[in-house]
Amino acid sequence: MSTTLTPAPKKTNRIGLEVLSYKGGKTTLCAGCGHNSVSERLIEVFYEMGIEPWKVAKFSGIGCSSKSPAYFLNLAHGFNSVHGRMPAVATGAVLANRGIMGVGVTGDGDTASIGLGQFMHLLRRNLPLVYVIENNGVYGLTKGQFSATADLNSKMKTGVVNDLPPFDCCALALEWGATFVARTFSGDKKQLAAILKAAVSHNGLSVIDVISPCVTFNDHEGSTKSYSYMKDHEEPLHEIDFVPHFEDISVEIAEGEVQDVRMHDGSTLRLRKLDKSYNPTEKFDALGALNEAEKKGEVLTGVLYVNTEKPNFLDMLNMDDAPLATLPQSRVRPPKAALDELMEELR
Amino acid sequence: MSTLEVSPAEPRSSESARRIINDFTIQVATVNGSGSQTANSVLMRSIFQMGIPVSGKNMFPSNIAGLPTWFTIRASRHGYIGRKKEVDFLIAMNPETAREDVMTLPPGAAVIYDEPLKLNSLRSDLHFYPAPFDKLVAPVCPEAKLRKLVRNMLYDGIIAFLLGIDMEEIRKALVKQFGQRKAKAATLNFGACQAGYDFAASNLPKTDPFSVERMNETAGKIIIDGNSAAAMGCMFAGVTVVTWYPITPSSSLVETLIGSLKRHRVDKETGKATYAVVQAEDELASIGMAIGAGWGGARSMTSTAGPGISLMSEFVGLGYYAEIPTVLFNVQRVGPSTGLPTRTAQGDLLSTALLSHGDTKHPMLFPCSPEECFSMAGEAFDLAERFQTPVFVMLDLDLGMNNWMSDAFEYPTKPLERGKVLSAEDLKRLGGFARYKDVDGDGVGYRTLPNTNHPGAAYFTRGSGHNEKAGYSEREDDYVNNMERLNRKFESIRGASLRPAVDTHPAAKIGLVYAGTSRYAVEESRDQIRKEYGIETSSLRLRAFPFTHELVDFIKGHDRVYVVDQNRDAQLLALMRLEFDPREIAKLHSIRYFGGLPLDARTISDEIVRQEGL
Repeated sequence: MSTTLTPAPKKTNRIGLEVLSYKGGKTTLCAGCGHNSVSERLIEVFYEMGIEPWKVAKFSGIGCSSKSPAYFLNLAHGFNSVHGRMPAVATGAVLANRGIMGVGVTGDGDTASIGLGQFMHLLRRNLPLVYVIENNGVYGLTKGQFSATADLNSKMKTGVVNDLPPFDCCALALEWGATFVARTFSGDKKQLAAILKAAVSHNGLSVIDVISPCVTFNDHEGSTKSYSYMKDHEEPLHEIDFVPHFEDISVEIAEGEVQDVRMHDGSTLRLRKLDKSYNPTEKFDALGALNEAEKKGEVLTGVLYVNTEKPNFLDMLNMDDAPLATLPQSRVRPPKAALDELMEELR
Repeated sequence: MSTLEVSPAEPRSSESARRIINDFTIQVATVNGSGSQTANSVLMRSIFQMGIPVSGKNMFPSNIAGLPTWFTIRASRHGYIGRKKEVDFLIAMNPETAREDVMTLPPGAAVIYDEPLKLNSLRSDLHFYPAPFDKLVAPVCPEAKLRKLVRNMLYDGIIAFLLGIDMEEIRKALVKQFGQRKAKAATLNFGACQAGYDFAASNLPKTDPFSVERMNETAGKIIIDGNSAAAMGCMFAGVTVVTWYPITPSSSLVETLIGSLKRHRVDKETGKATYAVVQAEDELASIGMAIGAGWGGARSMTSTAGPGISLMSEFVGLGYYAEIPTVLFNVQRVGPSTGLPTRTAQGDLLSTALLSHGDTKHPMLFPCSPEECFSMAGEAFDLAERFQTPVFVMLDLDLGMNNWMSDAFEYPTKPLERGKVLSAEDLKRLGGFARYKDVDGDGVGYRTLPNTNHPGAAYFTRGSGHNEKAGYSEREDDYVNNMERLNRKFESIRGASLRPAVDTHPAAKIGLVYAGTSRYAVEESRDQIRKEYGIETSSLRLRAFPFTHELVDFIKGHDRVYVVDQNRDAQLLALMRLEFDPREIAKLHSIRYFGGLPLDARTISDEIVRQEGL
């Protein structure tokens, strides 16, 4: 048995579907856009996890990132909604139809400005949803204005310097009650894929901040969200292996400290530690590590925090196991006797 | 009691000789937060229980405690339940407003007041009944902290004596109000009421002409507010996802609904809810969730008022273009956000009909009564799912928050209409589908729900930039075809629209057109015009937008048509302007009231008289 846990590409996955069944439409984003790499990883992850694409529902807000749900999983329903308010749409849809696996794709413009309020409340509710922030520090679709995640003193293509400090969506997510927080880089294929798989297995909201460079408006000298900046400053917390529930976990553990996190669906998130002091089940460790990294000018990547205990929103609402959308009339219209009783009380 | 003051002058004797039975308005003036609600509801209910048609209107400030508030109860043997401007019986409990309240009474009115206010010195043409409230309450309510609340029950007892309300009915109403579990509270309150009655019987000789006599006009009827009725309608319409944000005057709709759902929609065997209710972070989120849920296949709804409607504007436009069912209750109030949030208006007609940007228009329903709040809630869900679009139910504060006498609701027998939704089996049979193709010629395409177990089920939802197959498109012809189809759909909605309630008099040259709660004032005004001027009128009560041919026929059949609006800018009339040709528009005249109180008949009659030159 090898320690490489990603199976070699086969013609079909465990439910007999070809990778073609997971593809989307042709991208209209710029060639080299980080968001396209994220779409490719999503295709790969859903294929390898063997999830029926028609069980997935894709949600997005407005912006370049939010166009991308059209570029993966054509066989999944998709909803390109309004700016910053994808969380509300996803919440409604998941409540209506709890059988769906929700994937939200948003950007830094969508989440960290108009969407900040909805982002906070989504975290508070712990809605089961994969929430991918394609973070490039810039508004691409309106041609290159700074977003609220642009770093202090980073430079716009025109030379304008950003004089406001950034929001760190991971730190904010931790503060606001997140149960799964990760940061990664669109160029780090292996880490991104492993994190997405863990997110898919998580029973609650998973926030993944993907630094995803904008080749047109934010990939120049002086940018802190460029490919070259990320290559120089990315600091992985750990090496991540993801062992899905349908695969054998009895692999040899190599040298070095390893921490296994058992996910809700029986999968295992195996973190091979690079920094011994770090424990991703401790919220304050995560916040501390982010703070340290910021001081050192590093971009910390990996699974920052995971909590598999907290109930998700559907549990909190004590909802019926069947999707509300398709409950028959007999279960949603109380009998005549109920109305008669109510009328009697009002006479 | 020797300390009692006596009225300085007798009111006109002709007034007191004449008896006025079951035809008067009582106004209770109190301070907000003083706990007068129980006393007022019990008073209204006890008159109702005596078989007399009755209505209650609460005029309250935007405040939790301290500002003046008035509760008006109208008893009418003729069955008029609209507001009447004139107050016949004032219960003056608020020192702040007592003076002005007394000065605005018509001659011959009666006043019950707290003795220290010494109101009897203000006028000589009223019937004054002073009572020492504090002295009376102490012996019947030993617990000092409860006295503020129980004190109000004294006036129920005093007026029960003066009007001849059966004390047994008051006792029954109190039991109803408090329920079996709070029997002690009912007993305490009844004690206070009895003390008031006994005091009045021994100290207050009746001089006013007003009294009640039993009738049989309320048998089988119920008392309920419009918001509660709408909530019940939603529950029996099988609502599954409710998302909301608190706002006056719509909050009680969802609050009542939550109570009803907990009681009737939790599965007895599994203990699980067949619904989800989310108090969202704001109206931007509540409508987003409702739209998401409608897209996901739920019967979804939200409830709000004007400021919330404004916030929901962008999402509602997306709902229109992307064709997503959901139901919005708009309990209208005076605008804007920091306006008069506790006063009534029908001022969101135009903004709601055309809510959002681009070419958007939305169906609206106009309930006028609790029965219609109940039945139209069901209609709204059926319309939304049948036509895959946001549907608005337009209440106003008067209907939503005030208590109304109503016929009992009929259990809905029509099956839920879930619209054109393709299942996995349908897709197997058809091989595929085109989301926005007008297969049936009614402008309504077929949709699928996420999580449909078929590889051909999915489609991509976005605004208007799509072709028939829901593929991305910015082509001119795709956009135009889509917009034309949406128009065909709107015409189909018109075809299915609730018809107006028409009452045509063959001799009438004048017609009145109105919607919602304007009904009660209009009906009474027509009687006033007939009695006072011998002029017959016709009327048409709109129950839905888009308007139907009945309205055009009605306008054609009359010389002059008065459109009654509870807003400044004649919004109902403006909506007609959008739909009709100039010949019909030329016949339309406007009657508008926008003072924040429920519309009254005299306001309409005066305006007709003025415009007709009578």
